[in-house]
Amino acid sequence: MGDLRTRLAEAARDGAQLFGPSSRLSLVELARASGLGEDRDSLAGRAVLARTGTQIGAAQALVELDGLARRIVIAPPDLADEHLAQVVETAGIEAVVTDAADEALDGLGLPVRVLAAPSLAVSAQDSGRLASEWLMFTSGTTGAPKMVIHTLQGLTGAIRPRAAGASPIVWGTFYDIRRYGGLQILLRALTAGSSMILSDAHEPVTRHLDRLGALGVTHLSGTPSHWRRLLMTGEARRIAPGYVRLSGEIADQAVLDSLKAAFPAAAIGHAYASTEAGVGFEVDDGLEGFPEHFVGRAGGPVEMKVEDGSLRIRSPRAALGYAGEAAPALADADGFVDTGDMVELKDGRWRFCGRRNGVINVGGLKVHPEEVEAVINRHPAVRASLVRARKSPITGALVAADVALADPAAAEAPEAQAALRASILAACRAALPLHKAPASVRFVPGLAVTAGGKLDRAHG
Amino acid sequence: MTEMTIAAEGSGADAARLVQAQGGAAGSVRDAVVLQFHQAAANQEKNLHPLSDELVLLECGLDSLCFAIIVAELDDALGLDPFSDADEVFFPVTFGDFVALYEAAAAKAGR
Repeated sequence: MGDLRTRLAEAARDGAQLFGPSSRLSLVELARASGLGEDRDSLAGRAVLARTGTQIGAAQALVELDGLARRIVIAPPDLADEHLAQVVETAGIEAVVTDAADEALDGLGLPVRVLAAPSLAVSAQDSGRLASEWLMFTSGTTGAPKMVIHTLQGLTGAIRPRAAGASPIVWGTFYDIRRYGGLQILLRALTAGSSMILSDAHEPVTRHLDRLGALGVTHLSGTPSHWRRLLMTGEARRIAPGYVRLSGEIADQAVLDSLKAAFPAAAIGHAYASTEAGVGFEVDDGLEGFPEHFVGRAGGPVEMKVEDGSLRIRSPRAALGYAGEAAPALADADGFVDTGDMVELKDGRWRFCGRRNGVINVGGLKVHPEEVEAVINRHPAVRASLVRARKSPITGALVAADVALADPAAAEAPEAQAALRASILAACRAALPLHKAPASVRFVPGLAVTAGGKLDRAHG
Repeated sequence: MTEMTIAAEGSGADAARLVQAQGGAAGSVRDAVVLQFHQAAANQEKNLHPLSDELVLLECGLDSLCFAIIVAELDDALGLDPFSDADEVFFPVTFGDFVALYEAAAAKAGR
């Protein structure tokens, strides 16, 4: 299969580039030369953290490090400085590659290598010395971040080769490439030598859309929430993608139909993937959910079964396991990864109906009910709380809380109820990122408890 | 600024009900929408641009999470969710579109 630089060198088309909001990088240059200078050799065989300020820097770091470093740890954009030391320990990190000086990295006591423009030629013999491990962060875990171990071969397992002579692709994504959904698109672009337009969290949607249009995006991916946001700009006509891809959240029929209306000429597909289980499948018939026969199908690279209502996947594209000593097993004894996504079969079609344990997906960001409940329960007036998903046509779901008060009479008067609600919400907003704070709070007389003594989430 | 004063005193849903109760039939939906925009901006620490019918929603200072919260609050306050109820989903572009979507839903519901 070869390392990423070798695959890029074989595929890179003349003129193909990675386009950032304020810089660009030629794929031919990226394949041909290193931006690590004399530092490159010091990273050979090491476990290296790639923590960059920009997505284009992250893409360069991945090409530099695959085949060179023993282990590449891809820091997501929201990895908090306070978690760095623990990540370094868990993943056994020995060096850091970045694209700009960063004070938080200086305190780690590790060599920090800063990427420059590619300039030092890398010979074919000098690349691809080993099969690097790729460590990615799972999304939305409570407390310390968790990492899973992938390989380039597994990460690119769902990518089909393109026919020779096919017209050039220009990829775009609303995802960050340091997350699984975005990385899938980056690897599609790099292994096919195609251009790709990268975004920036601080870039206004309309400006990103202008760049996508001006650079002629042909293939565009994002979560359903990303796509709804695009539809709300009223500027969808600025782009004319031939392929529209949704992943990362449940793609409902409304968003699929809206995209078909906005881009009548485009093929519209939704993919199921997770950082742990890899790319499961892709659906291209324009309907929500997925066909019944996908489950239990043998002989393909990906096998799926449904057990206790949740989708399980056995696949060479799945992560090899969690990083760190004493990490829990990722797969069961038969090699199936439990995705935690609950599905129901109806009229020959499997449909997603939320997450086990009530994990809430707010616009692609996962929220564990327990972490929100813990904050609410610290409020002096609260006896217990149950946090659940509330369906939203905009972000898929929102966080909603049912709260039982220590003194139910405290919320009898409307003014008192409003004041209590405001006070609970203020506590949540002070302690949690805004998407985790409840969008609505309802006062209830009591909360049901299961026979096992736990909050009854199924009937909350 | 009446709605801001009310918003500061009560939760979004309660205040919206209050506006609905006080307002006339024609004004109530718009007032409830205006109130929820201000409420969401305050709660999510966003800087809301002055609301006008021509204001493009994605340039009004609010993000997707704010819009999701506004839609949920309006569902609670008015019993209307035109995004989920309509057969054909139409994503509003301007603030005027947004208000019109809710006014049409209210008219359809016989209010």
